Amino acid sequence: MSTLQVHVEGIGLWSPALGDFAALRAQLRGEPADAPAARPAAAMLPANERRRAPESVLLAVEVAGQAVAMSGLAASELPCVFSSAYGDQSISDYMCATLAAAPTELSPTRFHNSVHNAPAGYWTIATGCHATSSAITAGPASLGAGLLEAASLCVAEQRPVLLVCSDIAGHGPLGEMTGTRSPFGLALVLAPTVSPRTLAHLDLGLIPHAEGQLRPTPVTGAWYETNPIATSAWPLMQNLVLGEGDCTLAAAETLALRVVLETPV
Amino acid sequence: MSVPIHPLAVSSYTATSALGLGLESHLAALSTGRGGLRENDFSSAPLACWIGRVDGVEDAALPAAHAMWECRNNRLAWLGLHQDQFIDRALDARQRYGAARVALVLGTSTASIGATEEGYRRLDEAGQMPAELRRPPIHAPHSLAGFVAEALGLEGPCLTVSTACSSSAKVFATAERLIRLGLADAAVVGGVDTLCDSVLFGFNALELVSPEPCRPFDQARHGISIGEAAGFALLERIVAAPDAPRLLGYGESSDAHHMSTPHPEGLGAELALRDALARGGLRAEQIDYINLHGTASMKNDEVEAALVARAFPSTTRASSTKGYTGHTLGAAGILEATFALLAIRHGLVPGNFGCTHPDEACGPQLALVSERREVNVALSNSFGFGGNNACLAFGRAPA
Repeated sequence: MSTLQVHVEGIGLWSPALGDFAALRAQLRGEPADAPAARPAAAMLPANERRRAPESVLLAVEVAGQAVAMSGLAASELPCVFSSAYGDQSISDYMCATLAAAPTELSPTRFHNSVHNAPAGYWTIATGCHATSSAITAGPASLGAGLLEAASLCVAEQRPVLLVCSDIAGHGPLGEMTGTRSPFGLALVLAPTVSPRTLAHLDLGLIPHAEGQLRPTPVTGAWYETNPIATSAWPLMQNLVLGEGDCTLAAAETLALRVVLETPV
Repeated sequence: MSVPIHPLAVSSYTATSALGLGLESHLAALSTGRGGLRENDFSSAPLACWIGRVDGVEDAALPAAHAMWECRNNRLAWLGLHQDQFIDRALDARQRYGAARVALVLGTSTASIGATEEGYRRLDEAGQMPAELRRPPIHAPHSLAGFVAEALGLEGPCLTVSTACSSSAKVFATAERLIRLGLADAAVVGGVDTLCDSVLFGFNALELVSPEPCRPFDQARHGISIGEAAGFALLERIVAAPDAPRLLGYGESSDAHHMSTPHPEGLGAELALRDALARGGLRAEQIDYINLHGTASMKNDEVEAALVARAFPSTTRASSTKGYTGHTLGAAGILEATFALLAIRHGLVPGNFGCTHPDEACGPQLALVSERREVNVALSNSFGFGGNNACLAFGRAPA
C-alpha cells in the first residue's frame, strides 16, 4: 500500500470559540484562550474586498492567511486546494429562495460568489498567486479527501501546497439538510521535504473497505460536532497540539486515510 | 518548471449533450455542421435565450436501488454512463484492479442544485423541504460523485472538483497524480452539469446570456448559450491499453485577476497552455488541433483568440464547439476533451459553428468549417470563474 509523507509548515484555524491554533493549544492545555472577533478578520483581503466578500470567503481566507504566515512562505508561490463539504450555504439559500419567488431579481454578485471556487478565486487574486488552485468537495469526507488531494499535489510536484478546509453554518431549509450549525476552518501548509520550518511530519496511508473504522462515534454535544469539517478534523487537531499520534479520517464513503503524526527531533 | 509526465491511456470515453447520446451522434453533428441549440423551453419563468438541452432526461428515471439519488443531474449521469459501453468498461476496470484501486474524480459546477431549487419552490407548510426531497445527499455539491461511486461500486479515492467551468478538465490532473503516486491503478474521470434556474438566471443577471444561439469568435457575438452534458473517460497506465489514445499532459493555473472576467492579456490561460506543453514534452508546432474554450462572451474570446494567434503556427487548427452544444459549464472540460479525442480518432477538425465574420484578434488557425485532416496531438482549453484555467493535451498512440 502506497503512503505519502508530507511535512506541516503552517497551521491556521478558526471557529467562533477559537481564533487560531495558539488558542486551540491553550484550550487543550487548560489555559485561558481569548475568543475571536465575531467575524474572521481575513486580513489578506484588500479592505474593499473584505467588505464585500461573503462569509465563506472570509473564513477560508482567514485560516489560509494564518497558515501561510506561520510557514513564512510566499502565498503567491503556493498551489492551493480549497475543500468544503457544502460551499456557501448562505448564498445557496438566498439563491434558491429568490429563484422560487422572483428569478429575474437574482443578484449578479451573489451569483458569481456562489461558485464553489469563490474562496480560491478571492485568495489567488488577493495574493497574486498564478499557481494552480482547486476547489473540491467530498461530502462528509471533505477533510480527508482534501488532505489526500493536497498531499498528492505536494509530493507529485515536489513543492509546498496550501490546504484549506472550511464550512460555514447552514441557513434556511438547506441548512436543515446539511446539519451544519457553526462555521469552522482549518488550513495547513504542506511541504514535500523537511526544513527548519517543519512543525510536524505526516505519514498518510489509504485503508480500503474501512466501513467499520469510519462509523460515526456517538454524539457528545462538543462544539466540533456542529460542523462536518470540524468533526473529522478534531482528532488531527489534537495530534497537532500533542505533537504525536495517529488518527483515521474518512477520505471517501468506505476509504479511510490513516494519518500518523510525529514531531521532528 | 513542470517536468514531463508519463502519458496515460484513455482506454474508454463517452459524451452525451444536446447533440445526442454517445459519440456517434456527436461525430455526425460535428461532421455535418448540425447544431444542438434550441429556444429556451426549460426555466421555471420566461427567459428569452437559447439552450443546449438533452432530450429524454425526464424519462430516464434512476433504478429503484438508486432512488435516494434521484434528480436531473444524476439522471443525466446515469444516461451518460450507459453510452458507448462506458459502464461496462468501468466495471471491467473495477474487476481487473479491485474496487479500491480505481479512483473516481468528477467535475461539476452546479451538481444537483436544481433539486434544491425545486424544494424551495415546493416548501411544505412548515417552510421546510417537501418530504419527497428530504434526501440530504442530493442537496450537497458532492451529489454527482456520491451517486456515481455507488452506481459503479467504486471504493478508491473519490472527489468532486468544482472550479466552475474548468471543473471536468482538472479531473484529469488529479487522476494522473493519484496514478503516478501509486494511490490508484485506474481512474474514472468526467463531469456532469444540468440546466437549472441558478445558471440560467445567474448568467442572465450577469448580462452574459445571448438572446440568439451563441456565436463564438464572431464579431457580432452576444454572449453565451447555456447547455447541459455528461461525459466520462477511463484512465489507465499505457501497458493496459497500448493502442488507446493518450493523455500526454495537462496545465493548471490561476489568473489572479478578477472573479468573472479573464486576465486582459490571457496571462493565466498562457501559463496553463505552457504548463500542458511542458508536461507533454510538446512544442507548439506539434499541435494539430485546439478545442478552444470560446464561450462567445466578448472578453473571453478576444483574449483566447489573441493567445492562439501569437502562440501557434498557422498549421495548427483551432475551433470552439460551444456553438453546437452551448456552454455546458462544469461539464465543458470533459465534453470538449472527448471532441479532441474524436478529432484524433477520426481525423476531423470541427468547424467553429456560428461564426461567419471572425473577431479581428483571430489568427489563421480558426477553422470556420469542419476539415478532414490528420490530428495526432490535440489540446482542449477550459477557463472558469475565479480565473481558474486548465489545458489538456491528448495524442494518438504511436503506430
